[in-house]
Amino acid sequence: MEARPRTSVAGPASKARKKSPYSSWFYLPAAIVYAVLFLVPTVTSFYFSLTRWSIFDSQFIGFDNYVTFFREPALVSGLWHTVVYAVITSGLKVVLGLGLAVLLTSQIIGRGYLRSVVFFPVLVSTIGVGLTFTILMDPEDGLINESLSLLGITGPGWLTDPSYALVSVALVDVWKGVGLATLIYIAGIVSIPQEYFEAARVDGATAWQNFRSIVLPLARPATFTVILLSLIGGLRSFDLIWAMTRGGPGFTSDVIASVIYKQYQAGFYGLSTAGNVVLFLLVTAIIFPLSRYLNSKEVDL
Amino acid sequence: MTAAVSASSRRPRKNVVLSIVAILLSVVVFLVPFAFILLTAVKSRQEASRLDFTWPTQFQFVQNFVDVVQARDYMLIIAFINSTILTVASVSIMVVLAAMVAFVLQRRRTRWTGFINFLVLSGLIIPPAVVPTIWVLQKLGLFRTMPGLILVEVAFGLSFCILLFRAFIATVPRELDEAAIIDGAGPLRLFFRVILPLLKSVIITCVVVQSVTVFNDFVNPLYFLPGDQNATVQLTLYNFSSSYSTQYNLLFMDILLITIPPLIMFLFFNKRIVAGMTAGAIKG
Repeated sequence: MEARPRTSVAGPASKARKKSPYSSWFYLPAAIVYAVLFLVPTVTSFYFSLTRWSIFDSQFIGFDNYVTFFREPALVSGLWHTVVYAVITSGLKVVLGLGLAVLLTSQIIGRGYLRSVVFFPVLVSTIGVGLTFTILMDPEDGLINESLSLLGITGPGWLTDPSYALVSVALVDVWKGVGLATLIYIAGIVSIPQEYFEAARVDGATAWQNFRSIVLPLARPATFTVILLSLIGGLRSFDLIWAMTRGGPGFTSDVIASVIYKQYQAGFYGLSTAGNVVLFLLVTAIIFPLSRYLNSKEVDL
Repeated sequence: MTAAVSASSRRPRKNVVLSIVAILLSVVVFLVPFAFILLTAVKSRQEASRLDFTWPTQFQFVQNFVDVVQARDYMLIIAFINSTILTVASVSIMVVLAAMVAFVLQRRRTRWTGFINFLVLSGLIIPPAVVPTIWVLQKLGLFRTMPGLILVEVAFGLSFCILLFRAFIATVPRELDEAAIIDGAGPLRLFFRVILPLLKSVIITCVVVQSVTVFNDFVNPLYFLPGDQNATVQLTLYNFSSSYSTQYNLLFMDILLITIPPLIMFLFFNKRIVAGMTAGAIKG
């Protein structure tokens, strides 16, 4: 057993609180793991991105890796694809999630079943989902195009056509992740006080007016959460893209995370780490200002 | 649950139509892919290779099951053992460490509190730097080892658990702490004997959500624990798709088997998963 700490860690400025029963060393085990395996790599990545690196020895080469990264069209397009992918998935999850949540909080038959079936894909292996949809999206034999041809529509080569590949993967991402967005919206809608709806009924509001004037503004915190979570997930997305297209055809569905992996596999550790730093900067440049902006617009119920 | 009841209960007739449309759509969009997995998994190799959404002419469930398990020297069995060790070890460590941090973080305000909160949020937002992590693991002699991967999963999962626990601990009255302290409990005793037992429900939530996450994790094992002997279940899937590209029946049998653990979690802990994902998300 540890002896009780005698010194006041809080400092002389704090009030008469001496022997705290909440010892600082409770932080220690988590802090060590977190610092060694998360903070140290994050901080050192800035240095290693400036080197030619083979794990064992590194040679400082200045910004050459970044120059390579931004000169190579295949790598730069990865940056652009990352943003497109994150915006598409995030946007669709907001719209579809809100729609589904409104539907699933209304009086509807089979509500429990519907909630389960929408949510379940969230828990399924991403690689499993990716491989399944790769086969369903097969241009010739795939179920999706076969069904479309029954309706007289010639489906595109979802994953083989360079102009569709990235969007197709993003759609599968939405299929898998919309359940979580729906869940967050349901929690948000359920927490809206009942009085608002009663007042609206007294005023004879239509369902659309209910949605426009009550649900939409008061579910705003949920919207912010969904936007932030899906952007964070979308910007670093790797496994689904890897399972479905491996960045192809060509480099048309490469994102930064898949570039990082490819450069790592090829042995360009410095370049791979530069990709990581670019991703870090992209994520922080988008998420931190956005979360500050969204938090400042928080509404009170 | 009853939020929109009053708004829509006036038009029950419309809801029947809407319900039917919704259920039909849900079948097409969400159930058909799963049915496709199920049907293809029990087909013969030739039939599966046609990729049709049809009823199997002959059921080969046992045959395919045995084939998948035996493939590549019982790799799937090894992978299931690896994944189980990884999930159990990393989630238990993660939960205890995160609860300790969350407890002190919620209870005591110092000038460090803001900084620690910032670090916790950073853990959720910042994408991990891959190769430098490998470099650190290599220096520690933990690269390509199970303990190394376990610690990586712990480091990456801590933030989510801390946020979840901190929100819950805020609802545990401080009077309990004070009573325990008056009775002579030290910090360790206070935490492990008094506080931890009260966190049972949120611990279950955290364990379930993180177990599914770690079990389904593909990226970290790919980077930090390469090699066939070390494969986790997600990687067997990946191997299947490359080396057995024509054996769709086996691939889908593998997908099916790998989906069973999350399915069990879902059936037993649906409410807890929902609670954890929404609570953690909204607080974050």
